[in-house]
Amino acid sequence: MFGAMWSEHCAYKHSRPLLATLPSEGERVLVGPGENAGALDIGDGLAVVFKVESHNHPSAVEPYQGAATGVGGIIRDIFTMGARPIALLNSLRFGPLDSEDDPTGGTDDAAAARNRYLFGGVVAGIAGYGNCIGIPDVGGELAFDPGYSGNPLVNAMCVGIASHQITLARAAGVGNTLLLVGAATGRDGIQGASFASAALGEDRDRQRPAVQVGNPFLEKLLMEACLELSGSEAVVGMQDLGAAGLTCALAELASRGGVGVEVNLDRVPCRETGLTPYELLLSESQERMLIVVRAGREPEVQAVFARFDLQAVPIGTVIAEPVVRCRAGGEVACSVPARALTEDAPRYVPDAVPPADLELRRSMDLRPLAALPPDEETLLELLGAPNVRSRRPIWQRYDHMNGTRTMVPPGSGDAAVLRIKGTARALAISLDGPGRLGALDPRLAAASAVLEGALNVACSGAEPIGITNCLNFGSPETTRGYWELREAVAGMAEACTALGIPIVSGNVSLYNETPDGPILPTPVIGSVGLLEHRSALLRMGWTDGDDIWLVGEPGVDVAGLAGSELAWRRGFRGGAPRLDIPAAVRLIRLVPQLARAGLVRGAHDLSIGGLGVALARMAIASDAGATVARPAPRAAPTAALYGESVGRVLLSVSPRRAADLEAAARDAGVEASRIGSAGGPALRIDVGDVELAVGLDSLRSAYEQPF
Amino acid sequence: MTTPRVAVVVFPGTWSDRDFLDVADSLGWAARAVWHTETRLDAIDAVALPGGFAHGDHLRAGAIARFSPVMRAVSDFAAQGGPVIGSCNGFQILSEAGLLPGALLRNDHLEFRCAWQWLRVDAATGPFLGTMRDADLIRLPISHGEGRYYADEATLDDLEASGRVVLRYTDADGRAVAEANPNGSMRSIAGIVNERGNILGLMPHPERAADPETGGTDGLAFFRALDAWLARQPARAERRL
Repeated sequence: MFGAMWSEHCAYKHSRPLLATLPSEGERVLVGPGENAGALDIGDGLAVVFKVESHNHPSAVEPYQGAATGVGGIIRDIFTMGARPIALLNSLRFGPLDSEDDPTGGTDDAAAARNRYLFGGVVAGIAGYGNCIGIPDVGGELAFDPGYSGNPLVNAMCVGIASHQITLARAAGVGNTLLLVGAATGRDGIQGASFASAALGEDRDRQRPAVQVGNPFLEKLLMEACLELSGSEAVVGMQDLGAAGLTCALAELASRGGVGVEVNLDRVPCRETGLTPYELLLSESQERMLIVVRAGREPEVQAVFARFDLQAVPIGTVIAEPVVRCRAGGEVACSVPARALTEDAPRYVPDAVPPADLELRRSMDLRPLAALPPDEETLLELLGAPNVRSRRPIWQRYDHMNGTRTMVPPGSGDAAVLRIKGTARALAISLDGPGRLGALDPRLAAASAVLEGALNVACSGAEPIGITNCLNFGSPETTRGYWELREAVAGMAEACTALGIPIVSGNVSLYNETPDGPILPTPVIGSVGLLEHRSALLRMGWTDGDDIWLVGEPGVDVAGLAGSELAWRRGFRGGAPRLDIPAAVRLIRLVPQLARAGLVRGAHDLSIGGLGVALARMAIASDAGATVARPAPRAAPTAALYGESVGRVLLSVSPRRAADLEAAARDAGVEASRIGSAGGPALRIDVGDVELAVGLDSLRSAYEQPF
Repeated sequence: MTTPRVAVVVFPGTWSDRDFLDVADSLGWAARAVWHTETRLDAIDAVALPGGFAHGDHLRAGAIARFSPVMRAVSDFAAQGGPVIGSCNGFQILSEAGLLPGALLRNDHLEFRCAWQWLRVDAATGPFLGTMRDADLIRLPISHGEGRYYADEATLDDLEASGRVVLRYTDADGRAVAEANPNGSMRSIAGIVNERGNILGLMPHPERAADPETGGTDGLAFFRALDAWLARQPARAERRL
């Protein structure tokens, strides 16, 4: 039990002292970190409840079930709090799918085939679970890099809406009953939490028993029953059984409530005979919940579950003595102080040292890259690169419309937008990581991810109101791993503080290492934005005759190429990226303001592939070309077109509103320049010495390629 | 005009019930969810079998749902001429229950597919299509993994000859070409009706196309057609079960 509970996965023993430094308070915060998910007040008596979580290790071993149960786990976290899940998002990272997609030449055909197997299994697992349970999968991101070969990242985010009191995961009231609900317990997922807290070894196939098996149909029933009960006075608390199974659920319920629990393990329904107390306490069989029910009101709660053909078995009671005591066969199998398992887990603050070659890599001269010609072939190559091209082949396999809330579906905007029925409001949601910046500056990478997420949401016309994070890193027991983690947490805190938004939930996935080394430091940020009125919604696109404005930090510096897709493809895996946090924050505040004032017709933020790719994506989305002249007259054309510094957006604006836009940007202290106008069958970009001219059909066929 | 009373059947694992009910609410209809163990439908004017994974689609989509107690009442209601619409999983259940001919097999590309799809109305008759016109083009979402309509050639010929193929997958110009067929359905069939014309099964989701905010309103035509059809029926209240 201590092995599981004191694992990094459950106890956050390396990360908790760092995570405590993150801003988690704000006017809207109803529930902050430490519960099943975070919750923010969005007015009209409603709360948005959300969290992102990783299932990296299970997905590396058994991709379909690993990804499926990752989705199932995060959905349970949301409905456990009494919120109806309305959206799923995923952030996925894999090694290259083809050996020729790896410019370092380090991916052989066998490794590429393994990556392809993992990619196919993960996408199918997400589709299989989400489609069956009926929660739309509305967005996310996908990236490839050799650093994720054999150790894919599968981060799943779920967003729900609660319309009444939020149900907390704590036990209270001595004498109250613990009901174990849902699936019977088996031998799957034994010690999964410990497995997730060690590096992936050569023996990964033998670790398959540590991966759970999902049943989305059962979870659908569990969800409907729990949601029916969530307003009921008969229910005191709810906790889903995830990592470390019954052990974790019992310890956390007791510890959070400042009470104890006494459980008879003989009463746990099993799907096979002969389970030992060890197995019963550590099985991670999916689709199970613990419900704390007011004494005497068990029948009415059991009746609700019975209607959904779910068993709800009393297995124990709440006691005053703050221990987790379990009996089996009349004997005490364990009696452990609850806090010893949770709060009293050890805390480690190891030494932190940057990687030895970091300064050398950061000092790389990127001017030769900036001097390359910005030709049409480069634009089409970037647009068709696996890290850039259309994600349609993936999201068309996910039901993204279920619930009829999806106003901006995947592929149509920087963030997904879902209306909140019965109100004028909508939520904008994005899930985003920082690409390769983590390899060069984990602090800047994390800050960039936060700002990028906020900008995605702002480009939908929404105000960012809070975030959730998933920190995917290598082993914290190495000086390098701990340094990367520490830097990233500092960067996240810095950006959130500058934006004035809280981090209300999150998850840490460490030990993402294979014998070939650790992954790129990958802080993934889930951002939630609120549109008070849907009339301010912005979409990605322009119409003929619109002016095109480039707004924000001009990003013409060669440093913008550091960590970019072009740099990586050309072998420039170095340089020192830069980020102007205050400038990005001013832009993030300005865009929704422009949207509310009706000054903007469409918006798109610049990210991977820089200005060139952003213009091409706007053109494809609008089915209309554009003519752009000298977007950055003083810069090297390649830096101006393909640099990726965060904090820039393209806006399409009626020519009649030019003066208003200019004035609003000036008042906000944001740089803005008109760089062209929309219309015509081609994208034409005059960069000084050369003019790029690519027809819409060529752009589309480069962008819309299968994987 | 009286308010249409619609029973929306909910099996364990059904998920489009809420979307159906939301559209019905927005039209001011008296719709209610009916749990699959109910054996009576009481005073109603129409039945909707919505999308989802009834009973987890275990064994085969619709294979277990046809045995749910409510299906006898649905069958009796249909036998009296009551209008029944089954979309997506509802179509699969109607075909498993033998209320509509043919079967829905796994998509030919073996993947789940969610997208907006052009459809051509080939027979604008009956309670759900009566206010449309032949050759109308409409755009509705599809979202399924098992939507490939299959029947033997004789059944297909019979369906065509009797005008019971009511909806076909097409491109934006109304051509039922292979590239516009999202799942490999035989003869691009997206929707059919029974001999009497009162039972409609279709793979697309009309209830998801009822609001411009979420992408389109062509699905409202099915609701309007039902409203108009019911208004023409005499002695509605007597059709009880």
